[in-house]
Amino acid sequence: MGLHETKYRGVMGWVDSRVPSLMNAFRVHMAEYYAPKNFNFWYFFGSIALTVLVIQLTSGIFLAMHYKPDSNLAFWSVEFIMREVQGGWFIRYMHSTGASFFFIAVYLHIFRGMLYGSHRKPREIVWIAGSVLFLSLMAESFFGYLLPWGQMSYWGAQVIINLFDSIPLIGPDLSTWIRGDYVIGDATLNRFFALHVIVLPLVLLGVVAAHIFALHDVGSNNPDGIEIKDRLGADGRPLDGIPFHPYYTVHDMYGLGFFFTAYFAIVFFAPEGGGVFLEGNNFLPADPLQTPQHIAPLWYFTPYYSILRATTQGFLIWIAAGALGLGVLTYLSVRGMGRRLLVAGITALVVALLTVPKVQLDAKLWGVVLMGSSTMILFGLPWLDQSPVRSMRFRPLWHRAVLGLFVGAFLVLGYLGMEPPSPARTVVSQIATAVYFGFFALMPWWSRMGQFKPVPDRVRFVAH
Amino acid sequence: MSKKVRRGARCAVLAAWGVLLALGAALPAGAQEAALDHWPSERADDMVAIQRGARLFVNYCLNCHSARQMRWNRLREIGINDAQIKDELIFGDQKVGDVMTVAMNPHDAKNWFGKAPPDLSVMVRARSTAEHRGTDYIYTLLRGFYRDRTTLTGWNNVVYPNIAMPNILWQRQGPRTLTLTRTESEEHPAADGKGPGTRELVRVTSVYDADGNVHVEKTPADKSQGEGEEKVVFTPADAKAAAQVDDDVADLVAYLNWMAEPTAHVRYKIGVWVMGFLVIFLLVAHWLNKVFWRDIR
Repeated sequence: MGLHETKYRGVMGWVDSRVPSLMNAFRVHMAEYYAPKNFNFWYFFGSIALTVLVIQLTSGIFLAMHYKPDSNLAFWSVEFIMREVQGGWFIRYMHSTGASFFFIAVYLHIFRGMLYGSHRKPREIVWIAGSVLFLSLMAESFFGYLLPWGQMSYWGAQVIINLFDSIPLIGPDLSTWIRGDYVIGDATLNRFFALHVIVLPLVLLGVVAAHIFALHDVGSNNPDGIEIKDRLGADGRPLDGIPFHPYYTVHDMYGLGFFFTAYFAIVFFAPEGGGVFLEGNNFLPADPLQTPQHIAPLWYFTPYYSILRATTQGFLIWIAAGALGLGVLTYLSVRGMGRRLLVAGITALVVALLTVPKVQLDAKLWGVVLMGSSTMILFGLPWLDQSPVRSMRFRPLWHRAVLGLFVGAFLVLGYLGMEPPSPARTVVSQIATAVYFGFFALMPWWSRMGQFKPVPDRVRFVAH
Repeated sequence: MSKKVRRGARCAVLAAWGVLLALGAALPAGAQEAALDHWPSERADDMVAIQRGARLFVNYCLNCHSARQMRWNRLREIGINDAQIKDELIFGDQKVGDVMTVAMNPHDAKNWFGKAPPDLSVMVRARSTAEHRGTDYIYTLLRGFYRDRTTLTGWNNVVYPNIAMPNILWQRQGPRTLTLTRTESEEHPAADGKGPGTRELVRVTSVYDADGNVHVEKTPADKSQGEGEEKVVFTPADAKAAAQVDDDVADLVAYLNWMAEPTAHVRYKIGVWVMGFLVIFLLVAHWLNKVFWRDIR
């Protein structure tokens, strides 16, 4: 008859005999997906990020029903949603708070990866999909932030799009093409609306699926960094694995309880987040003729904004020194004349573009390059990390200090990015920028150094 | 590595970043803000204060400023019924379901004042920063006007220098004298025209009288008085009237605060229930998690 054999009965049996892929997917990805049993607190943030994505999509749909992407109407349509639409204030606050919580979850999720070596072989593609997701999320929130058409929306977008001007040859035309006009205006607003509501959500959904499928194909990592598939039981299942459903579905529900408590506390009691989640200046309609005293992006972009601002003319010589040092180190570490020549050539080119007067690229362009590289460098982590063990738990203790130094640099950059600049603050952010890039650039060397502890056979788990 | 050494390493890293952060945070970026007066925030929940503020708003603000997101009938939420709105608050021929727009043409306003008066629907939120609350800002602004012959309207403001807005409540307030004291550093070029000049700290006292004439006195100051600190003292001719205006402005700000987010109290009330639910949810989820995970050894 063409029907598949099914073990289910009733409605489920009827569907399963016709579309077995559904229950098959449930089995492969949930009921028979064996995940390590020693997941800890850091392993909540993936499912939290997924939940926030769903929240953003749903609240976004309802906002889009009332929002008007026209430069004369946009600001007032948001206030209309806040006052006249039933529950509109709730939907708006959920969406604005959700954007910030998305980044909190994602940053902590990335940190987990760095802590336990989730980026390493054989999970490089999971990590690359994740890096693509991170970039897409940044683009999505950048486009979304213009939509309320407030002062900060307008001027923040103005600053960032003007950065593209500094790209040699194509810069100004590129900026005009992105904007759709010579200045940010109605044309820009309309296209950012389309990008924010349709293009990037589709990209996000697609790459999330790829991220999860890539993970499930290879199996999850765990805090001890060992492969649970190396120790299979008589039934062919990992000895240290437990089915994702019901153990981790119920575990994640518990974690989501904490998340929702923090999230809704903000939504109901402090949606402005002290001016950090909803900036006061954005309650003024965009005015192209009045520049705010202090333009800053939202808090989750401030570390990268700090790196951009730290790249002054005076800092270029230090970058050149760092590049030269890195070049020498790499030259001494690679074998073969061909490779060494390549390293020498690239180093010479970079140093020239930083220091030699006629060919020197200006500080603004270098700032853009550094800001871009600070996010792109995440893609390289699987290859930069040369440690013989995966998890931080079995690495020399000073490796934790190095990671702590990096996190500290990131937080300092983030804080300074929210504040107006000053000569002293610029120096501090330059030091932090050096630490940030040094952490990644020197990783092939420092990750190999030190006394590593023996990695156990089986995961360490305490029954609870 | 022993526990002590590990702890020491961690402390060292944290301390290093703490020092750097403190350096970055403590050093000032530039001009410091004048200290703002504190708006009596208990009026935020006082319906009578908000109603008085609504009346003041309609009488004094709603001629130049619009509040185009505020619907007249929303005033029901602060205890004013439709008849009262129509009879006592709406001056023109607007209906109770209309929004608070004004007849002033922004183009005309720009010609007359130099800047179109901004819409006030969310002004309290717009003036909130990490450093100060919007309510404190507007409370100090509206009470910070002084006469100044050099400006277009004859009025200036200690919070927003060279503001285009005149002092709307001047008739209620009565005349006031302002004494501004500020410590500045003055540069004197070298007597022979070459080489570095000298810098000295001066205490500048500017007195603006009720007619807007200013009298400036400079006295040498010592280093103990910090540079840039400003002291503002208003001396009203009619103390009772000035105090009444302070009270009026507090009510007005209460109204503006309510108007900026009319659903704020709804948000709070529902939030309490949501938190209650989530606590119960957490307890149940914790218990469920524990029960399932008992099997895992």
